[in-house]
Amino acid sequence: MGRLLELAGVTVRFGGVVAVSDLDLHVDEGEIFSLIGPNGAGKTTVFNIVTGVYEAAQGSVTLSGRSLRGRRPHQVTRLGVARTFQNLRLFGNMSALENVMVGADARHRTGIPGAILGLPTHRAEETSGRETARELLALVGIAELAEDAASNLSYGDQRRLEIARALATEPRLLLLDEPTAGMNPPEKSALQGLVRSIRDRGVTVLLIEHDMSVVMTISDRVAVLDFGRKIAEGQPADVRTDPAVITAYLGAPTDAA
Amino acid sequence: MRVLKRSAASPPEGPAGPDQAGTDREGRLERARSRVGSVKGRLARRRAAAVAWRARLPDLTGPVARAWHRLPRWSQWLVRLGIIVLAVLAPADWVGQIMAPASDWKTLLFYPIGIFVLLAVGLNVVVGQAGILDLGYVAFFAIGGYTMALLGVNVGLDFWIILPTAVALCAVSGLVLGTPALRLRGDYLAIVTLGFGEIIRISATNASWTGGPRGIAGIPHPPDIGNLNAFTYGVLDPTPYYYLVLALIVVVIFVARRLERSRVGRAWAAIREDEDAAALMGVPTFRFKLWAFAIGGSIGGGAGVMFSAKNIAITPDNFPLLLSILVLSAVVLGGSGNLPGVILGAFLVAWLPERFRGLADYRVLIFGAALVIMMIFRPEGLLPSRRRRSSLRTGTGAGAAPTAVVEQEEKT
Repeated sequence: MGRLLELAGVTVRFGGVVAVSDLDLHVDEGEIFSLIGPNGAGKTTVFNIVTGVYEAAQGSVTLSGRSLRGRRPHQVTRLGVARTFQNLRLFGNMSALENVMVGADARHRTGIPGAILGLPTHRAEETSGRETARELLALVGIAELAEDAASNLSYGDQRRLEIARALATEPRLLLLDEPTAGMNPPEKSALQGLVRSIRDRGVTVLLIEHDMSVVMTISDRVAVLDFGRKIAEGQPADVRTDPAVITAYLGAPTDAA
Repeated sequence: MRVLKRSAASPPEGPAGPDQAGTDREGRLERARSRVGSVKGRLARRRAAAVAWRARLPDLTGPVARAWHRLPRWSQWLVRLGIIVLAVLAPADWVGQIMAPASDWKTLLFYPIGIFVLLAVGLNVVVGQAGILDLGYVAFFAIGGYTMALLGVNVGLDFWIILPTAVALCAVSGLVLGTPALRLRGDYLAIVTLGFGEIIRISATNASWTGGPRGIAGIPHPPDIGNLNAFTYGVLDPTPYYYLVLALIVVVIFVARRLERSRVGRAWAAIREDEDAAALMGVPTFRFKLWAFAIGGSIGGGAGVMFSAKNIAITPDNFPLLLSILVLSAVVLGGSGNLPGVILGAFLVAWLPERFRGLADYRVLIFGAALVIMMIFRPEGLLPSRRRRSSLRTGTGAGAAPTAVVEQEEKT
């Protein structure tokens, strides 16, 4: 198991605010890694650094040894990093199928002339893109909603659609930003099964999650952020009992009590 | 405001213990909440009423589109062929009696109708598909027009050589303008394109090699094709020019359709819906926006060549800002992003003012009122696109200020 994603000494500032400071983090190939922490700890900022939305002020971000720093978001996606969003960011007026096909297009090469002339490569890509999209919709369990506009899907189905769209870009690393937010317990457990099956397809998963029961059951390793610093890392069971983590979530015990 | 005042005006009576203050605050909060709730309810009711109003207008697009997709391939082609045949037969005298009794119908068919349709299909690529609000589209029309005039008069080139040259030149102009401008979004981009349209017109007015305000005269007609009347490009009969523009419209529609149903069209739609999310799904957003701009521009250039090849003389006054606005309103009125809608919109915007020429100056007033009413009751256009939302409603990423690019950590 090699290292897939590695962040070393990463610092991000927004004006005077240090959102992430001197962060070291690595995700191994084939694992499910969870990033947890209180609100405002810098978890989504980490996603934004990895995907090229923000650039780190200091430090290095590498995917299998290749630097991601300074690359534009679409370039990072083509190198094999895909993500979902905390607040859904689907293409609402496009059908579910088209949403996923946009993801699949990340691997397509047809240009303007090919599309106008209807060249064979273009046709082949269209067909295979559509097939891939249907398969992925089936994988996440919304195959029958393929023709519906994305904005008409239920909240849980929209989360699933985002995962299908991300998978269509053929990522090696999938970043899931609070995938179970707003789901009820049966939906949550179904989603855990989905995340596992995605890992079993050979995609490494980096997860931001607030639901501790989800984190503790599916993660191979967990890192805890607080005020932009990593305060703990390790097996779920170890992290749960770490005094620094308990302090971060519940506050420090006072002597007067 | 009122909530605040009232709560300040009614201080708790007697010595306020901590408990009492707590319950009092809760009570106030509760009252404020219910008031907000009732406002929300009122808004929701009003919105529902507006939706109900809109629903009264027949929504033909859905059923028609569904029926169309159920048709077999060959009958779809038959319908398309039928429409082209109708368009070919349009310059008949009796049609003109009905459509434009007060003016020369055949002339109208070329300009404004034909040229407007061509321009609207071109602008639809930019505004309707990629969601880039371009307020200076007339610039490309002007570049095409002046290319035809300058190369035709000064160099003596043939129409059929100038047409592809002008189209290529306009694509390059699109790239040159787009490279800096398309780094901006929403309103800022619209202002830059507005400026571009004005720069071209004002430059043409002030430069000596464009003939200044007097423009260029003696522009050659296209060479005749065979001996048929329909392909003899003279001064008196506008019909051959109409057929020429019709042919170009058919080609452009074919190209636009092909693009729309490919990876390119999907990328444009994704950019229009959510530019940042599109980039994170692997769409090279800048490059695709640039392509949309260049393709739209080259179509506008083709229209310009046609226009000046028929007109013999052009002046900067042929390319006013109003033309950009009219073409944009045609796109939005018809249904931004939906080709049949856009063509219908262009036809109406070009034809209605001419049809009601008898009403003299009031026709423009009525036209304006019709536009306003249209935008209130059917903002998505006469024949809305299934991928509906236009850039006018949301802007390309106008909702997302540059700092709020991808969700901030309000909730992390």
